[in-house]
Amino acid sequence: MAHDHNHDHSELGEMDLRVRALESVLTQKGYIDPAALDVLIDTYQTKIGPRNGARVVAKAWIDPAFDDWLKRDASTAIASLGYSGRQGEHMVALHNTPQRHHMVVCTLCSCYPWPVLGLPPTWYKSAPYRSRAVKDPRGVLADFGVSLPEGTEIRVADSTAEVRYLVIPMRPAGTEGSSEEQLAALVTRDSMIGTGLPLASQP
Amino acid sequence: MSYVTHADLGGQEGHGRVLPEPEGEIFHAAWEPRVLALTLAMGATGLWNIDQSRSARETLSDYAHLSYYEIWFAALQKLLAERNLVLAEEIAAGRALHPAPAVQRVLQAADVPAALAKGSRTVRDIDAPARFAVGDTVRTRAVRVAHHTRLPGYAMGKLGTIEAVHGAHVFADAHAQGQGEAPQWLYRVAFDGRELWGNDTAPGLSVTLDAWESYLERA
Repeated sequence: MAHDHNHDHSELGEMDLRVRALESVLTQKGYIDPAALDVLIDTYQTKIGPRNGARVVAKAWIDPAFDDWLKRDASTAIASLGYSGRQGEHMVALHNTPQRHHMVVCTLCSCYPWPVLGLPPTWYKSAPYRSRAVKDPRGVLADFGVSLPEGTEIRVADSTAEVRYLVIPMRPAGTEGSSEEQLAALVTRDSMIGTGLPLASQP
Repeated sequence: MSYVTHADLGGQEGHGRVLPEPEGEIFHAAWEPRVLALTLAMGATGLWNIDQSRSARETLSDYAHLSYYEIWFAALQKLLAERNLVLAEEIAAGRALHPAPAVQRVLQAADVPAALAKGSRTVRDIDAPARFAVGDTVRTRAVRVAHHTRLPGYAMGKLGTIEAVHGAHVFADAHAQGQGEAPQWLYRVAFDGRELWGNDTAPGLSVTLDAWESYLERA
């Protein structure tokens, strides 16, 4: 079954053609349901992304019992909000403190907590990030325009097995009256990887 | 037999600066999401496991010159070709030219949400007690192995401290070689930056990784 990619055949490059060819062959062989591909893509383009993780963080900021649950058993706590499954089967929450900042990387491939953050951005999978995060995290933070106080310890988690890490950034000052929804809007994807900070804490 | 991975990048020099991207940017070409979905759908057939996929990717000889989804696409073709399921001439022709051996499962559209929500847990019950406890000092394996492994080169032969016991998990090294799950205890191990990179490393850096028990010796 052909797919409507919403553009002319003449615009297709070499990779488009090769990928289409493989998809056709696999469909003819009965190994894939092309409609399943559409559902998979739609899921990661519109349903599963970093707003899920932002909701986890915001709830942790306002609900001490949930925050404690995250520290003890992040997989179950996060699943209670409806986020679980592929590439998030075994979750650990890493709480930033004034003394310690966490950053997450996968130096060997691209392991990333899909249910809470969606698919990883290109830079997360790139050689510059994977090579430098474990050796020069302050240099990496500088690439993101982030500077931490000199005395802050930086703890880098290299995701080498099937455990997936979510950074819980510190709640920005001056947000005491904010609702959970307002707080979630401050939580950036990068702040949950550890390459950024929540919005309000950046002047 | 030699085994060369091109994916073990931790600590390498010369890759330049990180280029941040806005939150919504996930794909950069129309074919990229198709490759993602093809890879996930073929993974669901059970013809190979995730560790065999990682091994197929990291051993691509042109790994360093390919984009991320080009790597996924090349590895998918490699996994299919190795099993004689799809040959290069069929991709060139854009149609099946050879009979297709049956597969265990075909992921149907209606089953995708449940399959993603279920995932693939890797925790297993094993009889052997955990050899190490939180706070123990361990040294990582110092020798290279001739197969897929999840101990990064920069952390070989290094002293660390057990920070958490994750339970017993499917052992990636065995799983990638088609030797079954062979579950082992998995630990989070913390290393001081100076242990990994030398004494002139700025203080205040530490790195953790998740290491299976056979990567570790008591120190």
